[in-house]
Amino acid sequence: MRSDIECCARLAGVGKRLGNRWIFRDVDAELPAGEVTAVIGASGSGKTTILRLINGLYAPDEGSVKVLGEPVPDHDQYAFRRNIGYAVQGAGLFPHMTVAENITKLAKLEGWPHERIAKRLDDLLELTDLAKELKTRFPYELSGGQQHRVSLCRALMLEPQVLLLDEPFSAIDAITRREIQDAFRVLQQQLQISAVLVTHDIQEAARLAQYLLVLAEGAVVQKGPTQAVLDDPEPTFLKNLVSTAS
Amino acid sequence: MKPLLLGALAMVLALVVAIAGCSRTETYVIGSKLHTEQHILAEVLAQTLESAGYQVDRKLNLGGTKIVFNALATGEVHAYVEYSGTIQEVILKSSRTLSLQEISADLAEQGIETLEPLGFNNSYAFGIHEDLAKETNLTKISELRDHPELRFYFSHEFLEREDGYPSLKRHYGLTQDADGIEHALALRAIVEQEIDVTDLYTTDAEIEHFDLKVLEDDLQFFPKYLALPLVRADLPVEVKQLLNVAANSLTDAAMANLNYQVHIEQQPAATVARNFLATLNVKSNYVAETIGDKLIDRTLEHLFLAAVALLAATTIALTISIAVYSQPSLSKAIAYGAGLLQTIPSLALLALMVPLFGIGKLPAIVALFLYSLLPIIRTTVTALTTVDPILVQVADGMGYTRGQTLRYIQIPLSLPAILAGIRISAIICIGTATLAAFIGGGGLGDLIFQGLQLDDTRLIVIGAGAAALMAIVVELMFETIEKFVVPGHIAALAKVSGNQLAT
Repeated sequence: MRSDIECCARLAGVGKRLGNRWIFRDVDAELPAGEVTAVIGASGSGKTTILRLINGLYAPDEGSVKVLGEPVPDHDQYAFRRNIGYAVQGAGLFPHMTVAENITKLAKLEGWPHERIAKRLDDLLELTDLAKELKTRFPYELSGGQQHRVSLCRALMLEPQVLLLDEPFSAIDAITRREIQDAFRVLQQQLQISAVLVTHDIQEAARLAQYLLVLAEGAVVQKGPTQAVLDDPEPTFLKNLVSTAS
Repeated sequence: MKPLLLGALAMVLALVVAIAGCSRTETYVIGSKLHTEQHILAEVLAQTLESAGYQVDRKLNLGGTKIVFNALATGEVHAYVEYSGTIQEVILKSSRTLSLQEISADLAEQGIETLEPLGFNNSYAFGIHEDLAKETNLTKISELRDHPELRFYFSHEFLEREDGYPSLKRHYGLTQDADGIEHALALRAIVEQEIDVTDLYTTDAEIEHFDLKVLEDDLQFFPKYLALPLVRADLPVEVKQLLNVAANSLTDAAMANLNYQVHIEQQPAATVARNFLATLNVKSNYVAETIGDKLIDRTLEHLFLAAVALLAATTIALTISIAVYSQPSLSKAIAYGAGLLQTIPSLALLALMVPLFGIGKLPAIVALFLYSLLPIIRTTVTALTTVDPILVQVADGMGYTRGQTLRYIQIPLSLPAILAGIRISAIICIGTATLAAFIGGGGLGDLIFQGLQLDDTRLIVIGAGAAALMAIVVELMFETIEKFVVPGHIAALAKVSGNQLAT
């Protein structure tokens, strides 16, 4: 068992119900700090639900969730969530805001000084290889790849300690996806940020994650360091996936 | 949310106080129904008071006996001229003929005093061509018995009502049968001598115009419609004395002549009243408004009505929408409620406001306000609930508070649809405000109804044209606002859904 410092999120005996149906039960997981954990599984297996339990959008029906050693608060979650970066499939940029506004709006609402915001924005643009001229553009003026980079910048703006990514790269073409994945890997290694990545793409999980959590049929069916899981895939569907991928 | 709600409430309160304040004046209010004769008589009363140094507020073109009488009963109008037959049937609802003393006594119980009758009786009568009158020496209805050869044509209502021709025929023992005809056609037909006898009103402007002879109702079949000024009993004695200015000074023919000057000669009622007052040695300096003055004045009134109603409706509707949009069943209930209001015909809604708020601008504004709620609520609720759920979810996940999500994401993205809703309401307000004249609210409807009443197409076109122009200008104004407020690509994105909402 990892200590709380080594662990960015800890789920203990967690169950979540949707109406009368259990999405999953008895989930125990310790997601390592400073690394990327990929939550993998077929659609409907509850991957996204794991993310929403971590940032408090859902409360567990049984068990407990701790983030960075503290239980997820049940009130005033806004402050808590601002410490957790969040990016979703299709970038989800606000269409009426410029690139700069999309990225910095929450920092302004948090009352960051102007200089700090400007500096952080420039750093992030550089980190994600985005030209400064893009700041004043609207999302519809960007390419798909640029939109996803902006989405990453937005998730990182408030210097979060944990980053949650919900199938962030699934809606883009293969070549651009590869680019963004590389950019993300570089960025994550530089920042040493803990990240939880939900994906149904075993190749993406293999490329980006050091730790895997495999969900199927309402439970965690396998978990562990990526290489170990890939070397000895347990559930049939994973075996099939791994064999077709290699 | 709370400051927004409080702000809205404060604004509405301020408006109500301001409007209520406007209508409480020290001046005397003279009313009249939507009718040429009423208009002239109201001017006679108004200019008499003005020539004695009093301030007068004219509430002309009110939409009916009930509206103007109730305004008198509640003290919103201080004086107007009514007819004894109307008082008996419509106001006192008496089935038998009441004497003037009885009428006075009954009205006194309601705090209303009847002044001296003006002298004329605006009742039904029979008219024949002057040439025929000379030929036959006819002067009275009873003499028609001796002329079974004459052709009788009456208006359909008079012909068919039980207390119309069938009853009169028995009363006078006449033998002639009659046919129905349109009133306007009947008068022309008499001139052409195609028909001989028809029914008319004793003070019709057309009597003089078409050289008609009125036959006397010598066996008193028709109820009397004696013109009686009604005033608030609590008016100062000297004011009541002044309002008695025209007591017993108008015969049927004299009143018909005044109507003729306005209706046929197209003189302003105010001018005709001033000239009449001169014959009573009352010197009035009142100058009838020119069409230009009227147009400016009524346009400003119209804008005021529409703008105040729209502002209040926008504030309230947005507040309600934002408060309820996240609860589907509640917002549905509210939309149904607002929709129900919309199904009430606008004229009926205006009339419904009179018992609650009296006459004048306030009830008109309240009615317009109620009318404008639905488009804004419906478009706003729909727009807020149809913002891309992914964006709301991202905002939630990133740590935007609910208020921040609403303010920075949902409202800006809904803005094109919200503006479209406000724009629809603005156009409804401008259109419906033309009916405000019916309850003394003023506006461009004054010109339109006066035009209808005087058969003056020019006035109707000017009034309706100005209202239409106002609608177009407002439409263009909203387009401009939209360009400034809504970033171009959002407007383009929203165009499809916005247009759907607008229809």
